[in-house]
Amino acid sequence: MLKLYGAEISSRLLLGTAQYPSPAILIDAIKASGTEIITVSLRREMAGTKSGDGFWSLLRSLELRVLPNTAGCHTVKEAVLTAHMARDVFSTDWIKLEVIGNHDTLQPDVFALVEAARILSEDGFKVFPYTTDDLVIAERLLEAGCDVLMPWCAPIGSAMGPLNLHALRSIRGHFPEVPIIIDAGLGRPSHAAAVMELGFDAVLLNTAVAKAGNPPAMAQAFAKAVEAGHQAYQAVVLEPRDMAVPSTPVIGKAVFT
Amino acid sequence: MKLTVNGQAHDVSAQTLEALLLELEFEGEWLATAVNSELVRANERQNHTLKNGDRIEILTPKQGG
Repeated sequence: MLKLYGAEISSRLLLGTAQYPSPAILIDAIKASGTEIITVSLRREMAGTKSGDGFWSLLRSLELRVLPNTAGCHTVKEAVLTAHMARDVFSTDWIKLEVIGNHDTLQPDVFALVEAARILSEDGFKVFPYTTDDLVIAERLLEAGCDVLMPWCAPIGSAMGPLNLHALRSIRGHFPEVPIIIDAGLGRPSHAAAVMELGFDAVLLNTAVAKAGNPPAMAQAFAKAVEAGHQAYQAVVLEPRDMAVPSTPVIGKAVFT
Repeated sequence: MKLTVNGQAHDVSAQTLEALLLELEFEGEWLATAVNSELVRANERQNHTLKNGDRIEILTPKQGG
């Protein structure tokens, strides 16, 4: 079973809660996905509106693990403060740590990420760092106190799917004991199956489900793909071969002349 | 006292963070607050005295990826 900071998790699909057509569709998608972990954010409240009330009630009714993010933070200071504010509201020391370095690609600023991860780990947070597929940065994050890694496989919301299989295989191969969740860039269930076949522990989805024509149906399709990919990895996948190999026995073949 | 709350200028009579939330009608057990980029926990708001020029952020749970 997947273990994240000591917590046993049955579902290998983590789901974001943004961009759904309606709260009702969000709830249906969450249920259809079978997820146990959903990501949330903190944003400015408007006076007199109680705008967070509906979403707060929704979160409480779902009774799932909440993984707050630091989305939109561009500096160590912003990300660390946001994490502390999230811990106060959501009563969890889990934090999806994002420190964005580039507006166009939403690529993490990995230098700031490592620093923020060290500060937050020392403050008792259980950090889920949104990072690139860079092997050395992954190593630095583990040294900084992270027990989980969350590399992208393509830019957030791009739906491009795994762009650099070599880098992903390297990270997986170097850290066989570390839970690694592919976060960002997945577009379709076959992408999720592909990364799970490589041996990754879970995927984190949002846009691919929320922006699908039918989010609950897509959530279920992803859940099946994640499960299939994981099962395939455990069953040990046949690697490609250069030559054809007959699948039907050659011995005993009739000879017609 | 002049304060900046979520980026907007306010002139208030409140002396503490808790009183400020009441005065500006920020309600809810789900709010997170920071003053001058430092966290002020929900249970510390009553005793947190404000001063002229403070910058306050009041955040609420929202959807996120």
